[in-house]
Formats: sequence, C-alpha cells, structure tokens
Amino acid sequence: MDVYLPIANLAVNGLVIVALGALTGVLSGVFGVGGGFLTTPLLIFYGIPPTVAAASAASQVTGASVSGVFAHSRRGGVDYQMGGVLVLGGVIGTGIGALLFRMLSALGQIDTVISVLYVVLLGSIGGFMARDSVREIRAHARGQALAASKRRHHPLVANLPMRWRFYRSGLYISPLAPLLLGIVTGIATMLMGIGGGFMLVPAMLYILGMSAGVVVGTSLFQIMFVTMATTMMHALTTRAVDMVLAVLLLLGSVTGAQVGARLASSVRPERLRLALAAIVLVVALRMALGLTYRPDAIFTVTPL
Amino acid sequence: MKRLFALLCLVLLGAARDPILVPEVSQHEVEVRQGFTGTELLLFGAILDPQGTRAGRDYDIVVVLKGPTQSITLREKQKHAGIWINAASARFRSAPSFYAVASSRPLDQIVDPRTAAIYELGLPFIQLSPIGTIDPDRQVRFAAGLAGVMADGRLYQEDPHGVTVNEQVLYQARIALPSNVQTGTYTAETFAVSKGRVVASATARVQVEKRGFERAVAEFARHYAFFYGLLAVAVSVAMGWLAGRLFSYV
Repeated sequence: MDVYLPIANLAVNGLVIVALGALTGVLSGVFGVGGGFLTTPLLIFYGIPPTVAAASAASQVTGASVSGVFAHSRRGGVDYQMGGVLVLGGVIGTGIGALLFRMLSALGQIDTVISVLYVVLLGSIGGFMARDSVREIRAHARGQALAASKRRHHPLVANLPMRWRFYRSGLYISPLAPLLLGIVTGIATMLMGIGGGFMLVPAMLYILGMSAGVVVGTSLFQIMFVTMATTMMHALTTRAVDMVLAVLLLLGSVTGAQVGARLASSVRPERLRLALAAIVLVVALRMALGLTYRPDAIFTVTPL
Repeated sequence: MKRLFALLCLVLLGAARDPILVPEVSQHEVEVRQGFTGTELLLFGAILDPQGTRAGRDYDIVVVLKGPTQSITLREKQKHAGIWINAASARFRSAPSFYAVASSRPLDQIVDPRTAAIYELGLPFIQLSPIGTIDPDRQVRFAAGLAGVMADGRLYQEDPHGVTVNEQVLYQARIALPSNVQTGTYTAETFAVSKGRVVASATARVQVEKRGFERAVAEFARHYAFFYGLLAVAVSVAMGWLAGRLFSYV
C-alpha cells in the first residue's frame, strides 16, 4: 500500500510504517517508554529525512503516552505536582533544544551530535539496565531477594535549596531537581525525537528516589506534555511535522501499546528489563558503527 | 556592410542545413496526489529538415530533463579522532533538484568536454555556481559527491542508451520521475548533435505540482504553522485516547 507523505515529499509503503509503529507501540506498552528512540532511527534508515523523522516521531510518542497516562491516573499512579514541575522543565528544555538545533544545523554538526548523543545516552543507560537486571535475575535464581538500597535520593539533590513536599512521590526535596531533570529530557526530546522515558524512569528512581508506584505514570505524564510542546516547536520552526506519517505511526503504536500492556503482566519484570536493555544497546551499537566504522553517506545535502 | 552580408549568408546557410526538432512530452502536468509513487515521462519528437521532410541522415539525440534549481550546502564527512564528522562544506547556488540525461550513444562519444560543459550534458558538467571561491579540485570532488548522493535517490540519472531513433526521424526517451521529486517547473531539452556540434535544440516544459489533499496539507503546514501543530497534537491525543477506550472493552 503506497502512501505519499506530503511534508517528507516521498512515497512510502504504508504497511511498513504501521508495522514500525506497532513494534514501538508494543515496546512502549511493555516497558512504559515512548519508543521514540527506536522510531526515529528506523524511519531515517527507511529513507525519511532526519528532521521529518524526529518531528513526526514526537507526535507518535504523544499518542502512545496518552492511553498510558489515563490507565495510570485511574489507579492513582500519577504525581501531578511532580509531573507539573517536570513538564515546566521539559517545555523550557524544548525551547533550549530548538535553539541548539538551529545553531548546530548552521554549523553542520547536527547529525554528528545526534549520533553521539544516541551512542552515549543509549549506551550508558542500556548498560546500566542490563547490569541491574542480570544481577536481579541471578539473585532470583539463587532464591534470595536483593537487599534494598538504603539511600533515598542522590546526595546532590539533598543539597539544593528550597524544599517542597511531593506527597504521592513520598519526597521532601527541592523542586529544582525535577525541574533540571525536565529540562535535560526536553532538550533530548527536541534534538533526538525521543520521549525521554528511558532516561526519565531511571533518573526518577535512582536520582530523585521517587516511590516506584508513581514513576511510570508520572514519566508518561511528562512525556505526553513535552512531546506535545516538541510537536508545536517543530511545526513552528522546522515545519517538518508530517501529519500523514504521524497518523500511520499512531495507528500502529496505539494498538501495539495495548497489546504490549497485556504482555507486560505475563512476563517477569527483570526479564523485560533485560530485553529492553538489549534493544537499547543494539540501537546504540548501530549508531556507534555509523559514527566510527563507516557512515551511511560521506556527502550530505541541505537546502540553504 | 560586406561583413554583415557575409554573416547573414552564413546564418541563412546554416539555417538551411540545420534540422528542426519538434519535441513533445507525454505529460505536461504531473500531479502529486495520494498514492503517487513516481511516474514515467516519455520524451519524444521528430527530427525534420527545414523543408519539413525527414532529415534523412543520422543525428545523435540527447535529452535532458531538469528540475527546479535550489541553493544547497553540501557537506563532506571526514574521519577525525576516530569519528566521522562533517569536516568540509561548499555552498552552491544552482544545484538542480532533478537532472536526468539520456542519449542515443554514450555522451563522451557524441560531444567533447567543452561542448558538454556549454550545454550541461552529463552529470560532471552540471553548472552548480559555487558561492564564494572554491578551488577546482575541490569543486570536482564535491560535484562528484553531489552526483553520487542524488543518484542514490534516483534524482540524478544518466542513461547512455536511453534515446532510440527510428528511421532517422522519430526519437523517444523514457525518464523515470521518482516519488521524492520536488514540485515546480521542469524543462525538457532536446539536442540534435552532428559531428560533435549541437545543430539544433528545443525545449518543452513539464509542471510538477501537488494537488488535492497533499497540496492542502503542505500549504496548511507552511502558512498556518501554529494551527497545523495544534491539529497534529489533537490528532495524536485523540487517537491515543480512542485506542485506550476501545481496548478497555475488549
């Protein structure tokens, strides 16, 4: 089924795009991440111009996170206060990201920076997750539970001035910590076309020390709003949001997300995390190869 | 006066000997609408002598289809400290967004490089008009790089046997327009070449335009960026929400 994309200016096989959306949708349902980290590189690999891929993947992540937010809020899994601070940071971050995007494009280094960010972020987080889940699986096999970490949140977080009470997260910390976290993920969203869930979730758990019950819901809440802001930002600055592409991706991902959510309850969580870590590491490796071994193309053309 | 007369004679004589090309294109308007996966243009026509009879001798025919030009920055990756980064760049004012050339014989057998450069016949001879100064070696390298990139997307094509000439009078060439072409005015130029000299040329135009829904979306995104963004957000929220509702009943 051939579909012409009016903004990307080319014809694609619609079924391939829907399947791609479904694949990332299943991931997002199973792992509670948006799946943008997979969509954007795959779209670029398929031949979609990078900017269009990043911009349209952002609106796909919005769709994938909406149903998640509803599901989590019904059972009280969203800390709106914390989410609000994160969203504020995220919106500031997309603004900064848009400026960086323009600056780096003018320098001609945007694709290198994006690749390096992918390798560093995905590589480190993937490695971290893999180590963690392997340790857990081993402990499980030996029949003993891991001793819970004593430390609530990172010592740096405790040193920030001005403290708020976040009841649902069970925290009494400075709002500057989640604000900064929001800004960082906002920048990443704008530059890399990802929701930032795979960064946000571990950071909320290990740096902020939020209670596990509200982590996924609150991160989805933040992702939903930040990707909305990203879509708007792209629509206004790069004009690269392709509605037809986004709808095709959404068709796949919103259904995939529901299937994934069902799958998630039938598999043990540490196995899931190991699988996610493997996927993340493969994407990072693919990017690293393009960066160090052989790029896809020596010459690139950008219109003035 | 004498010299002017001589010139006039020369022109008249030349006109008397040189053939006339009557070019035609199968489609003067290409509509880019839903389901557009590219199209094939048939460029054909006749070679006649000035009396209107068939030319009666062999000419080489070269057909060039050129898309609207654009200003571009071309960047070249080089390996620095183990990482491939964009190291060198050049800017060109008039890179064609599409360029296809078809000929009855390989171009290097038909014309010499000088003639090829004058008429822009062949990928190495496209006039890119660099912005600023660029040394010749570098320009050659970048031009080859551009041709490589564009050829990968089927946007630059060279077919050394793409033109067939029947009975010394009818010529035809097929050129594939891929789906990723830019919209705008395309020119189809036909050249008749004899003994390394271009003896006749003719031009036809092809208009490539988005129509219907595709046009509406592109214009909407360009002129009402804010509302387009809002609509994109609304659509994604609605689809996500709808899927959540539908599946909660399953």
